[in-house]
Amino acid sequence: MGTRRYLFTKVMQAFFTLVFVVCFNFFLFRILPGDPARILARNKLQPAEAVAEMVRDFGLDQPLFPGQFVNYIGDTVRGNFGISYKFHRPVTEVIQQRFWRTVLLLGVSTLIFTVLGILIGIWGAWRRGSAFDIGSHTFSLIGYSMPEFWLGLLLLIMFAVIIPIFPVGGITTTSPEYTGLRAIYDVAGHMVLPTLTLVLAYIGQYAIVMRSSLLDVLGEDYVQTARAKGLRDVHVRRRHAVPNALLPTVTLIALNLGFLVGGAITVETVFSWQGLGLLEYEALRTPDYPLLQGLFILFSVAVIAANLIADLLYGYLDPRVRVA
Amino acid sequence: MSTPSQVVGDIPKNARQIAWIRRRRALKRSWRTFRGSPMGMIGLVILTIFALTAVFAPLLAARSGLSPVTAPGQPFQPPSGQYWFGTDHQGRSVLTLVIWGSRVSLAIGLIATLISVFIGSIVGILAGFFGGWRDVSLMRLTDWFLVIPFLPLVIVLASVMGGGVGGGGLGLTAFVIGITSWPSSARLVRSQTLTVKERPYVERARALGASNWHLITRHILPNVGPIIFANTILIVAIAILSETTLAFLGFGDPNAISWGRVLDEAFGNGAVIAGNWWWVIPPGVAVVLVVLAFTLIGYALDEILNPRLRRR
Amino acid sequence: MSLLSVRDLTVSYKLQSGEVPAVRGVNFDIEKGEVLGLAGESGCGKSTIASAILRLLPEGTKVGGEVLLENENILEMKPGKLRAVRWTEASIIFQGAMHALNPVKRIGDQIAEPILIHQQADEKEAMVRVGGLLEEVGLPQRRLRDYPHELSGGQKQRVMIAMALACNPSLVIADEPTTALDVMVQAQVLKLLKELQRDLGLAMLFITHDLSVLAEVSDRLAIMYAGRIVEQGPAEPVFTDPKHPYTRALAGAFPAIGDAQYRMKPSGLGGDPPDPQNIPSGCSFHPRCPVVVAECSDTDPILYPAGESRSAACLLVRQPAGASTTSEVPGD
Repeated sequence: MGTRRYLFTKVMQAFFTLVFVVCFNFFLFRILPGDPARILARNKLQPAEAVAEMVRDFGLDQPLFPGQFVNYIGDTVRGNFGISYKFHRPVTEVIQQRFWRTVLLLGVSTLIFTVLGILIGIWGAWRRGSAFDIGSHTFSLIGYSMPEFWLGLLLLIMFAVIIPIFPVGGITTTSPEYTGLRAIYDVAGHMVLPTLTLVLAYIGQYAIVMRSSLLDVLGEDYVQTARAKGLRDVHVRRRHAVPNALLPTVTLIALNLGFLVGGAITVETVFSWQGLGLLEYEALRTPDYPLLQGLFILFSVAVIAANLIADLLYGYLDPRVRVA
Repeated sequence: MSTPSQVVGDIPKNARQIAWIRRRRALKRSWRTFRGSPMGMIGLVILTIFALTAVFAPLLAARSGLSPVTAPGQPFQPPSGQYWFGTDHQGRSVLTLVIWGSRVSLAIGLIATLISVFIGSIVGILAGFFGGWRDVSLMRLTDWFLVIPFLPLVIVLASVMGGGVGGGGLGLTAFVIGITSWPSSARLVRSQTLTVKERPYVERARALGASNWHLITRHILPNVGPIIFANTILIVAIAILSETTLAFLGFGDPNAISWGRVLDEAFGNGAVIAGNWWWVIPPGVAVVLVVLAFTLIGYALDEILNPRLRRR
Repeated sequence: MSLLSVRDLTVSYKLQSGEVPAVRGVNFDIEKGEVLGLAGESGCGKSTIASAILRLLPEGTKVGGEVLLENENILEMKPGKLRAVRWTEASIIFQGAMHALNPVKRIGDQIAEPILIHQQADEKEAMVRVGGLLEEVGLPQRRLRDYPHELSGGQKQRVMIAMALACNPSLVIADEPTTALDVMVQAQVLKLLKELQRDLGLAMLFITHDLSVLAEVSDRLAIMYAGRIVEQGPAEPVFTDPKHPYTRALAGAFPAIGDAQYRMKPSGLGGDPPDPQNIPSGCSFHPRCPVVVAECSDTDPILYPAGESRSAACLLVRQPAGASTTSEVPGD
């Protein structure tokens, strides 16, 4: 029954965080200094009636409480974030169109850097002090200090311009247009550099955390017990050390998700990968407030959901938290 | 109980002085340990170089080199004897840009960090010291902020406050970074406050009737101070990275040259397509070096403050 | 032929500050079914010996001498043979069971693990064995589904004991098995160990700093100081009539409850055990010895005969009755 209570607690926490984010989003755009109408109209040379119309569209002529707030909640729940200034289409529609492209890029990258990062960390810890260990540790530190988009720029210049192996941007080649298997191959080709950028940028963190937590675990008594029982080193590592060392790594994955979203924004921009990240960039350059608002909610929800999954995964891996 | 009366020489006058003497000694010890850490020293050397570059920028590169009007070079030139890092789209020497950029990048990084650590420390100390509902509510708030993805939040804030790209000055960037990155400091400070709070001398002081203010300023703060300091160093690294990213996205004063701004201009003016690697590499390397320096120093400090048994 | 024969065992750890000799030439034998108690203060090297016997010391540690288990030298075994010997012929009950169990695995699986590794049974049989072992140590069978954090300190120690017996070893090394427990629980666990040892005919190396515990449990005693054995012999005589001043101090340091005289007798020992990197010249005990004489600071005593099957490394033991020869006493 400890498990059920743990599950319930975590889901409830996620829910309340979500509620907070939704309310926070409301205040972000309305209660900050400055007349909202002016904010909307800034940088745009708009005649007075157009501004007045925007005010009405945005519901700003209503009192803040309860009028605007209630409308806002209602809209948000229904997924209505208004009309995008830039695209002149409903925000939800714009987001939907680009959604899967980002999922593809982030999904593949995350899979690669998580798995590889963990493996490198394990190997580095097991062969502590070796050339591999020192090398990978240094590489990780440098990767941690590097803005991901800069790495993207470098890779782009290196492998798309100076040595033109990969395309300079976009998701697909526009002319000629490919179909079927060639289309998939085409997308894959476009995906290589942005994926490589994200992988190189984030793999270091996982390697470092895994390595240090495995080093800590290797000093624990139960590892000694396992060896004394006659297990081979491989099994000691795999069955006793790593499962315990994975725990901080899972926590890190959860903590990092927020930054991963940021990485997606800048990397998609550099590679003109028309996903949600590039969309955010385009929205902020306009500035397209309805779109910004919708994206903000979406990103926050994604991170909250991913955090919840990470919490549940942690609960599965570590029986101690289920009782606590 | 008698307070020792004033005596000539090294003998301290009262408890306060004793505390300060001890702290100075501890500081000297820490410095010696720090000197022994290769990572820390490398970081310190790099940081010093950049700090000096920032301070002495006018001596290293003519300020006129920053203005597109008075910039002497031809645009888009690759590195040469005259322009070690080549030129940008307006004929400015990239080397000049990197040198002067150190001022903005470092300044914003430091200001943002001060704001962030200030807020975070107050929240952390209050939550840890008072406990109860104050602790719970502050920590709940902190957790919520931790979950919200950093860059989208910063983008939204900067947009709304500064009217989007191109608006808002340096102060805005620093401010926005500062008010969005306090949560991690808060958690750290809180847990350290909790530890210190349990220590016997705090209990004794309380039993003697010390006020909360006294406890916080005289006991908690001095002992939480070192951790805050080590954490601050690491936060600066993150702040500089954030500033670079924000500038790249277009925020901040367009006339203030920071390394991120240089990259933004490079990207926006076709440096990639043209293969102008000399424009892109130097500012990025500068960022990497500075961030690495702060990170190394931060790790070295962490080792000093949390010495773990040296495993063979 | 003894079950376990330790000959001239030396262990030096490699630290950043240099080499630290933890064990400086130790000899002892354990016969089948015999309990040898090994006592000494912290840092004297007794836990090191426990780890050394099964070659569990960290990499880079220098180990010299011989450890003969059933006449085969463990220190020279090939890795495969070593792993096969571990747990099946000799097992360890580690100090502080709090951390010696894997927190994320069920205890039943942990106890069954060595059985399966050494292919002594298939999964089903193994679990049956586990159930039986748990009962032997006084725990209900259903506990095998529990995780370590769901057990109390005493229960965890019982699990460690059950685990140590899983492959029917002939030798069990118990490294401070009761130290981390409350006094009441200590007594229970001790009783359990005694019973199991007797019923199963186990040989045991019982390591502790608490001499009074050993007096109950051991057949023979060996007292360690600064990496060497300074006295050995049958348990009762050593405890009631110690020949080495250190043993005398140790024996006096642990009060027997109800011993009214204890409060009157001053006992206990001043000073600290020597730093292994700075062992005193001559007899390593001389700075703290209550009966020290001039010779003690330059002559390093070996184990001199001190009675029937007894020996003690004290210059004062060498002297009486003129029949003193500085002949070495092999650890018989």
